[in-house]
This record gives sequence, structure tokens and C-alpha cells, in this order.
Amino acid sequence: MDRLILTEQIADETAMSRRALLQGTGLLLGFALTGASTESVFAAPASQVVENEVAGTFAPNGFIRINPTGAVTLIMPMVEMGQGVYTSLSMLLAEELEVKLDQIQVQHAPPNHALYVNSIIGIQNTGGSASVRAFWTPLRQAGSVGRNLLIAAAAKRWNVDPATCRAKDGVVFDASGSKHLSYGELAEAAAKLPVPPAANVKLKNPKDFILIGTRAKRVDSSIKVDGRALYGIDTRLPGMKVAAVAISPVLGGKAKTVDEKAALTVKGVRQVVNIDEAVAVVADHMGAAKKGLEAAAITWDDGPNGKVSNADIVKQLEEESKKPGAVARNVGDVGKALAEAAQRVDAIYQVPFLAHAAMEPMNCTVHLQKDRCDIWVGTQAPTITQSLVAELTGLPKEAIKIRNHLIGGGFGRRLEADGTVLAVKIAKHVDGPVKVIWSREEDIQHDMYRPYYLDRLSAGLDAAGKPVAWTHRIAGSSVMARYYPPYVKDGLDPDAVEAAAEPPYALANIHVDFVRVEPAGVRTSWWRGVGPTHNVFVVESFIDELAHAAKQDPVAYRKGLLGHNPRALAVLSLAAEKAGWGSPLPARHGRGVSVQFAYGSYTSQVAEVEVAADGFVKVKRIVCAIDCGMYVNPDTIEAQVQGGTLFGLTAALHGSITFKDGRVEQSNFDSYLPMRIDEVPVVETHLIKNAEAPGGVGEAPTAIVSAAVTNAIFAATGRRVRSLPIDTNSLKSSS
Amino acid sequence: MAFTLKINGSSHEVDVDGDIPLLWVLRDVLGMTGTKFGCGQALCGACTVHVDGQAVRSCQTRVDSVGDSAVTTIEAIGRAPQGAALQKAWLELEVVQCGYCQSGQIMSAAALLKDTPKPTDDEIDAAMSGNVCRCGTYQRIRAAIKHAAGV
Ligand code: FES
Ligand code: FES
Repeated sequence: MDRLILTEQIADETAMSRRALLQGTGLLLGFALTGASTESVFAAPASQVVENEVAGTFAPNGFIRINPTGAVTLIMPMVEMGQGVYTSLSMLLAEELEVKLDQIQVQHAPPNHALYVNSIIGIQNTGGSASVRAFWTPLRQAGSVGRNLLIAAAAKRWNVDPATCRAKDGVVFDASGSKHLSYGELAEAAAKLPVPPAANVKLKNPKDFILIGTRAKRVDSSIKVDGRALYGIDTRLPGMKVAAVAISPVLGGKAKTVDEKAALTVKGVRQVVNIDEAVAVVADHMGAAKKGLEAAAITWDDGPNGKVSNADIVKQLEEESKKPGAVARNVGDVGKALAEAAQRVDAIYQVPFLAHAAMEPMNCTVHLQKDRCDIWVGTQAPTITQSLVAELTGLPKEAIKIRNHLIGGGFGRRLEADGTVLAVKIAKHVDGPVKVIWSREEDIQHDMYRPYYLDRLSAGLDAAGKPVAWTHRIAGSSVMARYYPPYVKDGLDPDAVEAAAEPPYALANIHVDFVRVEPAGVRTSWWRGVGPTHNVFVVESFIDELAHAAKQDPVAYRKGLLGHNPRALAVLSLAAEKAGWGSPLPARHGRGVSVQFAYGSYTSQVAEVEVAADGFVKVKRIVCAIDCGMYVNPDTIEAQVQGGTLFGLTAALHGSITFKDGRVEQSNFDSYLPMRIDEVPVVETHLIKNAEAPGGVGEAPTAIVSAAVTNAIFAATGRRVRSLPIDTNSLKSSS
Repeated sequence: MAFTLKINGSSHEVDVDGDIPLLWVLRDVLGMTGTKFGCGQALCGACTVHVDGQAVRSCQTRVDSVGDSAVTTIEAIGRAPQGAALQKAWLELEVVQCGYCQSGQIMSAAALLKDTPKPTDDEIDAAMSGNVCRCGTYQRIRAAIKHAAGV
């Protein structure tokens, strides 16, 4: 009985997804995989819909579509923003489906919680380094279901036992190998068979994997080297207008004066839309829209946040962090242990607001009609976006069509739907489709920032230098309380304390708490690495302080506290060995180490730096050891370690968003500095192979790198960096 | 104002103000979206195209300054030997992540290799430091340029 219900449910979900796709929410993201030429791409509408509903399409679940022509389409529940997820998720499906990666095309999933939820996050969100972890089993099961049905269809046709048949590269063979039928030839028959419950299918033993674990080529590379890849910003529709937007420089402010007439005299400008919180100039092209926006010479009424300043925000954090917060961990008796300790160490750490500054500026295309709203956007949160647009337009969710796109860098920014909401508010005043594009300045000044955190720590060491007491108080904004309120219990934000509540080390007496302090006039959100990005910097810097206080080597000191934690010990040992830890370095050169358990993975980095007499920090080399359990694609992991490390390093060296008079003081890449090619160190990856459960990778190197670098600066100069970004003035040689 | 632009070997008529950046003419008027918008201030290189073989930032290139110069964009750079070699190297070394900056990276690299077929690390730094990649693909970009150049 149970099984029957489950079968029905799956069939129903399949029908649902087919309906969703029929409504045109799916997009082909590129054409390389189907062999079309560049020219035809420009001829093709940007929103070309896959021909899913060819009669006889085999669609056993939300992820697989095989039509009688033989086209195999894999539907991607998580979105591609560079992390390689379209390749790794395809590999999981293809391994069990028995197709080659060059036989497939991939398609963005529509919003559909039932089919595409990320089980780790609980929403159809791409984030938290959770994609491979969440879909490791479901996608292999989905592939196996598909293969089993295709084999069953062939066996039926040949009148043989399915167990005697096998599938390879999209073809089913009989026992002798003389008879064979392609998946396309079998699609129609397989579509008629009852779908077995995913949980009942047999999966390969990992030792038999032929694709998972290999350096398979990315499925999205070729369209990204010749301009064919379509991002949200590349959307083009018949009759579409383009809008440039100016948002109130102060959160909560309103447009006071707008010279509409001047804007409208600009050639190509069609319309000025004033929605108080923002003004949009709608034109035939972005060049005219920007020119019109300048001509509009908007002045603003700042509203209640016109006095917001960083100094006040920090002062508030300093005060609030003196009071106890929601307890994340309390083991032993910290008060007693601290009082009895032979030596005490105290420190305050601070990290700044950070913008995401993805290369693709915020944008969204909307076509709002009486009974439907079509959205073209790259989003990490399609279901949330759909719900918010439904609320805003008063239309039912089914009438909100979200066409997802490749994202030109997410880093958490596209987990927020504010860009889409703003575009819909503008589109309410525009007849026909409108593409709203933010300038880089708008993108940086109206981001939702990584919170500013202020942390207070104290530790007690015994006579041998061992930490016998550890207290850590974190004060800052709670992104979780706004974004996923049910996950915050008794005021405790589990993200804000992640990697702080449970440092990898043996700490018999530990107390960690969180004080929520919301800064007025500032919107905060997820930023690559989330909670651990700030906490690992603090914890790994402080443990380094303790090693110094104990007059011990930083690696040896950590090893002494990791006896109970073999995987953490192993990554630390590997990173230290590969980096040549302990070998001599010239003056003002230093190595620093950090260790982390987060996103289900163990990571350790050793950074080597040189600090010039004027304080300039040159990061020369980063060695990263990572144990992420069973992995899908080692080349993707290396790419993520390289890129993720630089993302964190950029922030450590340069990243800071500050407020004055309610306004963000940075505006473009000349004041919010990205790392450039002449500045980047070599990053080396050493991957540990084992059979542990898969862990996340995309954020691990971002979170771990700052402490490795600042600990290296300490080794080079004796100066402890307790706030980011690194202040090179404080590192000048005293001689 | 009407302009006749020579882009990727063919002529295109556009009717826009002369001060409109070439970037928006390419993307919005002509529908060639391979050239990307990143900063609008010549700070990121995402919009890099070639004008008479020179790498320029199309966000800061007025359309009336182009005249009858030959414009080459990412869509056609594969027809030039350096462009084709770079695209091949990009694929072999799996350079791309989000890919958004890569049109500009390849256009800058193609201009570099045309004038400096065997670039040193310093020459790569000088030619490529105007191109930002927030995904951090720089290590592979450097390796791919060397691979394409055979150094
Ligand atoms: S968009 Fe032209 S340099 Fe950034
Ligand atoms: S690949 Fe994403 S910005 Fe360069």
C-alpha cells in the first residue's frame, strides 16, 4: 500500500514538472551541445524553450527527458554561477543513466519545490556549498530509475530478462551484445512503463564509478569562450525596452525632484518611471537610458537613515557585545577554568561589511501582463522569487514564470530577490517587456552586505600552555532571522555561530554566544562562505594567539589539540608538509596556517607572505589541503579552491563597505577593489581521497584563507591583525 | 545620427547619438551580447573589443569615435589565429567559471598575443591587469595564455 502511494506521488510530480516545462519555464542555456553555429544563436530568441513535449518523451522524474529523436536533456535543480554545478550534477545523473556528458544537454529547472528542493537547505536554493551533498543520492537514483526503465523497455521488446541486458553510452544491449537499441528508440516504450520508487533502485558501488571522480570537462565551457552563453542580462525580447535605474542612496529615502522633461529629450528615451524609492529611465537601449538618467538630475529626500555612519554602527556593536547573548555552546565551567588558568588571553576581532560585486551587475527582465508575469533572471532562489512576485502582483504563483539563467557570479547575492522585486515595481508602469539593469555603482551601493561583526574572545591556558577555557561572543546582524526565521530558535542564529560553536580543537571548557545587533539603514545578507567566513578568521587567529602565548609552533600546537579529530589532523598535516612548514624564510617573510571544518568538509591552508618595509603585503603562495569525502570532479574542486581562495583573499586585503550620512562610500572597482592578475598568488590544491560522505567545496577556501594570511603576517612581522581588511599602515617596519 | 560600423567583417547601420558607448550599440542595438557590461568606467575589461586590432574598452568608446575602423568582438575572435588558439587553450585548461568576464579576458589576451607572441609573466600582468575576474580564474588564465603562446 505504501509503495503504491509513493508511486502515485512520483507520477504526479512528474506530470507537474512536465506541465511546468510546457508552460515554458525551461531554457536551453547554450547551443554548443547541440552543435548549432554561432550565427544561429544570434538569430534564436534568447528564451528558446526546449522541445520537451515531443510526443513520446520519456520523463521518469523531474531530472530526465529523453525524446524519440534521441535528445537527452538533464534538468538542473541548482543554478550554475561558475561553481561547476551543471557539470557535477550531470555527472551524478549520467553515471547511473549510462550516458556520456557529450550526449546530453542541460536545462535550467523551473521553480518547483516538490521536484527540486535542496534537501540540506529546505528550499530550492543554490547555496551553502550544498548542491553535491543534497543531490548526491537523489540524482544517482533518478539516473538509475531512468536506466532501469529503458532496459526494461528493451527487454520487453526482445522478450528477454532485463537482468541479462546492460546499458552503455545511451544504448541498451542484450546479453550477446548483438542486439541493441538507443535510448531514443526506447523512449516512447519506456515512457509507458510504471516508474519504480527511487528508493528501491540499486545504485552502483562507488568503486565501479566510471564518471564520478574523473576530471570530466565542464558542460558549459564552450559557450563561455565565444560569447554564446546567455546570462540574465543578455535577455532580448521583441518590443523589449531597457531601463537604467537610480535607487535612493539612503535606505528608506525618496526621490524629491526628477527632471523628467530633460530625460525625455534624450534620443531613444521613452519613459521615466518614478516609484519614490527609485527612478527608472526606460529607453530603446542602455546607452540612452543612462544618458536620460543623468539628465533627470534626481535629488533625494534621505528619510530616517540619513545619519547612519560606520562609527555609530561599530559603537553600537561595542556596547551590545558587552551583554550576554543566545548561548550556542556551553561545556564545562568556563568561569572557573578561566579564573584558575595560569595565563589569560583576551582579544576583540572585527570584520567589515562586504559587497558581493559579482561581475554581472544586478538585472532582471519583466513582462507583466494582466494575467501573468514573465521573469528572465539569474537566480539562486527561484521559488522565493516566484512567491515574492506573486505577492507583489496579486497573481497566483502559477502565473509567475521564472526563466532562470546562467549567473555571472552569485556569491550569495542572487539568493535575494530584491532586484526582481524592484524590476517588477518598475514594470508595473511599463507597457511590454522591460529589462532593468543596475549600474556597477548601484550594484555596489545597494547590495545586501555581509554583516559587520564584532567578536570578543577570552581564553585561559594552563602552565603547559594548553587552553583550559575558551569564550567567544559574536555580535552582529542575523541574516538567518530575516531569511529563514524558523531556523532561529531562542535567538540563536545557527549560521552566525557556525564554525565558532564547535571549533575542531579539544576544548574542555567552552562558552559561545551570539548577540543579535541589527544596524539601522543597512541591509545584510548571505555572502560566499556565510557564517564560517567570519568565524574561521576569528577562531583560527585566536588559536594562533594562544600558540604564541604558549610559546609553541602554530602547527604543533594545533596538532596537540586535534588528537580526537583525525580528519582535521590529516588535512593540517598534509597542508603543512606540502608547504614546507618549518623550512627557513627570509626576514619579513612568514607562513601562517588555518584549519576548518565547515560545509561537511575538512580544510587546511598554509599561506606564505612577504611584508614590505612600507607594510605592503604580498601573498606568495597558498597551499590548501581538503578532505571533502567522496567527490565528483577533482578539476572543479581545484578550480573552486583557486577561485574561492581569491574571493576570500580579496576581502581580507581590500574588502570594506563603509557608511557615511547613510550612504555607501564605495562605488565601483576603483574604490571597492577586486584582486587583479598581477596580485594573485599561486594556489595549490591537495585533495584527500576517501569514502566519507560528500562535503561542500565552493565556500571552504573562501572561509579559511584570511586567517592563514593574517597568521603569516604575524609570523613575518610580529603584528597581530585583529580586524579586516588588513591595514598595511600598521605593518610598516619600525626600523 | 546614423553611423555605419564595420563589425566582424560586415557593415551595420545604427541611428544613435554620437556619444553613446559602443558597448550598448553592440549589445542593445545590434544584439551582440557576447561583449559584457561590468563597470561602465574602464575599470574591469568585461567590455573589451578590438578596434583596428587594438584592445579597447567599449564602455568608454563613443560610437562617433569609431569611424570606419574595423571592430572585432568575441563572437568573431575565433577567426583570428590568436583568438582560436586562446579559445582552444581556455577549453583545454578549463579556465571558465561563471564565464561572465571571459569574453573580455580572451579579447585582451588576443591583443596581447598579436603584438607579443611569446609574452613573459610581466607582459601578461601588464596586458591583463585591466580585466577583473571575480570568480578568481587568474591562475588558469595565465596558464592558458602561455599554453596558447607555446611558452
Ligand atoms: S564595462 Fe567597460 S571596462 Fe568594465
Ligand atoms: S569567470 Fe566569473 S568573473 Fe571571471
